[in-house]
Amino acid sequence: MPSVKIPPVLRKHTGDQMSVEIAGSNVGEVLNALVSQYPDTGGQLFSGEGELNRFVNVYLNDEDVRVLDGLETAVTDTDTVMILPAMAGGSTN
Amino acid sequence: MSPEQAEQQTVEEITPQEAFTELDAGGVKLIDTREPYEYEESHIDGSELIPPGVIADRIAVAVPDKSQRIILQCRSGVRSYDAGQVLQELGYEDVASMAGGILEWEAQGLPVESNVNLTPAQRDRYSRHILLPEVGVEGQIKMLEAKVLLLGAGGLGAPTALYLAAAGIGTIGIVDDDVVDASNLQRQVIHNTSRVGTPKSSSARQTIEELNPDVNVIEYNFRLDADNILEVIEDYDIIVDGADNFPTRYLLNDASVRLRKPVVSASILSFDGQISTFVPYEGPCYRCLYPTPPPPELAPSCSANGVLGAMAGQMGLLQANEVLKLVLGIGEPLVGRLLLYEALGTRFTELKVRRDPKCPICGPDAPEVPESEMGQFPDYEAFCGGHTGS
Ligand SMILES: [Zn+2]
Repeated sequence: MPSVKIPPVLRKHTGDQMSVEIAGSNVGEVLNALVSQYPDTGGQLFSGEGELNRFVNVYLNDEDVRVLDGLETAVTDTDTVMILPAMAGGSTN
Repeated sequence: MSPEQAEQQTVEEITPQEAFTELDAGGVKLIDTREPYEYEESHIDGSELIPPGVIADRIAVAVPDKSQRIILQCRSGVRSYDAGQVLQELGYEDVASMAGGILEWEAQGLPVESNVNLTPAQRDRYSRHILLPEVGVEGQIKMLEAKVLLLGAGGLGAPTALYLAAAGIGTIGIVDDDVVDASNLQRQVIHNTSRVGTPKSSSARQTIEELNPDVNVIEYNFRLDADNILEVIEDYDIIVDGADNFPTRYLLNDASVRLRKPVVSASILSFDGQISTFVPYEGPCYRCLYPTPPPPELAPSCSANGVLGAMAGQMGLLQANEVLKLVLGIGEPLVGRLLLYEALGTRFTELKVRRDPKCPICGPDAPEVPESEMGQFPDYEAFCGGHTGS
């Protein structure tokens, strides 16, 4: 199964797991399956219209899925899907 | 006139102090009769370089009026004296040679333009840089002339500032309106226990000055906002963004693209760090990566989060490394690349970041910003607030 890298801000919604294995044949399927398994991740990932939020980048291996086929981008078992929300600088005071 | 007669002509000699007084009063043409490499090392402000081998050819263009007062100056006063004879032979009527040359000028403490040669103490201090062929004396001089602005003397800025100061970055600006708190000391290694309660910018300055007297530290003990950002950043070559809040991060991006300033930008959270280098129009900007900030409820920086101190230090030093490469013009900065570091696994991952053709700031359709609106930015304070000090 493809593995999904979970960013620090979402780990509280995935039982502190940094990486989870999620089945799916394209990026959209994988992310939707992630949300059904860990529902609280949904708010960060998708807008009300089901689009990827623009403040979250999703990468397939080292490439932004927006320059591939977006949520339709095909995923194989050896691929890594990385969720990358915007992070601001430091660690707070 | 025979060559013998020309050599016997005397040229008026004046002391550096007399030359300084004349130059200060104005109406004098100062000509530096040395070689270009010497001129580059240091020269007197306002002087024109005409090497001795070409002075007879070039003087007519440089000084068309033969009654113009001319002061000639070289390294020690020999070549300028000879040049004076040449000029007198050509009919120049009011020529003086500065006795002792720029050596004596400098020995008397008179000002020179960017004393770019290294002192013996500097050659010693920076010898491990100078030994690197990619750096050398020239590279070290670039560092001493570089001006780097750090947003925040916090988790990222503290280690970055220490290493930039040690490297001999000549001017380091520090923007931070916070004071040192005991909870900072776990990672903000530029501060120390006795400075708890003092402003971070002055604590950082104290440490830097003790570490390296070559560094000029400029404190900005306030927060950057739309009204002051252009004024603060315009004097700097490179900006290091350790801002811990989205308003400042977006404001800095937009301002730095306008002024075409490279920004090295890292962020940290718990065991994870990311870093990229944004060089306007050469690579993507921050908005190409993230066109809009997350809403406050989803912004991770709005509440206190834990961070492993050593990881903050590693990201801070990656920032310093990026800055030094940009200053030296060597290697491959992280332009168009986002480097992720995961400290628990000790794993680095590199992602591609491309310029977004629809980027509202650096894209081809981004509106031209008229001069009158250069300092005007949207209100980024509308969400989340926060501090500059990570
Ligand atoms: Zn852009």
